[in-house]
Amino acid sequence: MAAPLIQIEDIHKSFDSLRVLEGVSLNIERGESIVVIGQSGCGKSVLIKHLIRLLEPDSGRVIFDGEDIGEYDFMTLSKLRLRFGMLFQSAALFDSMTVEENVGLGLTETKRYKPGKIREIVNEKLELVGLTGVNHKRPAELSGGMRKRVGLARAIANSPEVLLYDEPTTGLDPITADMINKLIVDLREKLEVTSVAVTHDMKSAFEIADRIVMLYGGKIEFDGTPDEVRGTTNPVVRQFISGSASGPIQA
Amino acid sequence: MPGGFQEIGRHGVNFVRTVGGMFMLLGKLIISFREVHRSLGLLMEQLYLLGVKSLPLIVIISIFVGAVSAWQAAYQFKFIGAPLRLLGHAVGKAVVIELAPVLSAIVYAGRVGAGVTAELGTMKVTEQIDALESMGISPVRYLVLPRVLASVFMVPFLVIFANFVAIVGALVVSIIGVAISSETFLTGFKYSFELSDFINGLIKAAVFGFIIGIVGCYYGFTTRGGAQGVGRATTSSVVVSMVLILIFNFVFAVILFRI
Ligand SMILES: Nc1ncnc2c1ncn2[C@@H]1O[C@H](COP(=O)(O)OP(=O)(O)O)[C@@H](O)[C@H]1O
Ligand SMILES: [Mg+2]
Repeated sequence: MAAPLIQIEDIHKSFDSLRVLEGVSLNIERGESIVVIGQSGCGKSVLIKHLIRLLEPDSGRVIFDGEDIGEYDFMTLSKLRLRFGMLFQSAALFDSMTVEENVGLGLTETKRYKPGKIREIVNEKLELVGLTGVNHKRPAELSGGMRKRVGLARAIANSPEVLLYDEPTTGLDPITADMINKLIVDLREKLEVTSVAVTHDMKSAFEIADRIVMLYGGKIEFDGTPDEVRGTTNPVVRQFISGSASGPIQA
Repeated sequence: MPGGFQEIGRHGVNFVRTVGGMFMLLGKLIISFREVHRSLGLLMEQLYLLGVKSLPLIVIISIFVGAVSAWQAAYQFKFIGAPLRLLGHAVGKAVVIELAPVLSAIVYAGRVGAGVTAELGTMKVTEQIDALESMGISPVRYLVLPRVLASVFMVPFLVIFANFVAIVGALVVSIIGVAISSETFLTGFKYSFELSDFINGLIKAAVFGFIIGIVGCYYGFTTRGGAQGVGRATTSSVVVSMVLILIFNFVFAVILFRI
């Protein structure tokens, strides 16, 4: 079997005295769709940001395609990041720019494409996420669901190999959330990417995951297929998926 | 008293962390200079937004700075019996050496330093800075470099206007309020005017612009915790810029004017 695309090796991360990750290890295979679940504030965003070194571990390593990304210099790191696309929790659109400029920014800044070519790619990506006719709108004029879709179009603009999703459905109504889930599944089939999502939305997790891992107490508490999650006797996981206030997890 | 010591210790750690962080940003800024050609469009935009748009405010402030200097000087001259033909001399020196550079920089710190920190701070807490990085774009090159460079160019540019307008303000007050002729005022001014004072003022202004830019960006980039965090960062940015401006200004005075 080939080596995993991403290997997270015993990552520890603290902010001042707050210990967030306390030894997370995880392998992510090429082409897989993995979902990390966990309570709000348990460190999901912190974990996913380590994959492209938006945060650096206090100890431990992230290996991508056989290379330790902690050793990369700035230029190599930038090139690595072009192989990823990330959808942020709040979409993180640039509010001084139009939709079109948001989606095209990476292409404008990091590839030397002509404006016509960029517009073509931008329109293609916007169409993939089901958005047309909003090219010249600003983020503030869009609904939450549309902003997420623009964020998604921006994440796939560079045709990345890996897509990272930070809570893709949080803050959306159930119908819009479901549309985003379908879109994630759809994009994965069309673009053949590896995808890593973090969420506390179990419905979303079941819909998009091949494999679900649970982050709890700064470590991986559980790792299995969606069916294994449904059938588990692990009390922490059971409490989380049933959404119960009583159990080992304390709010 | 152990609580008090702890408090002092905490402030000490924060101070070292802040200074260290600013120098780190400065290092990254110097490295990003290699790619300055890719930020020229952004630089033009910032020259306009930060500099040109500050011009009306600088002009209004400078009129009154010049006016009050002439008024106060005339009052003090009368008091000590100094001849009013020296008015242009005294006001000219004060404006060109200290008032125009320092007050322009302070006003610029209030308008632009605050604006830069609030903008970058909001981008930070809404993950827009992470988003830039995730796209392989250096936030230092894309955001900091244009803002710092624009400030280095634009504060001196504004000081040129401030000098001119303040002298005009002083002249008007001298003619109307003090009743001396424009010739008397301007002769005194010309007699005392030295190009080196003016140039030194512009060099100071460039240094102040650099301080405001780097401090503004630093506090923006280290913002945490939502709207309240943005407010806190903005206040710190302006306060620190102003204090540094006045400290550096004093250092300049000691270096340039050996008593
Ligand atoms: N840059 C940071 N500085 C300090 N604390 C942070 C930072 N980023 C995250 N944290 C803290 O780490 C913890 C985990 O955050 P996060 O990963 O965002 O949680 P979530 O699982 O909801 O995504 C939280 O307590 C948060 O306040
Ligand atoms: Mg999060």
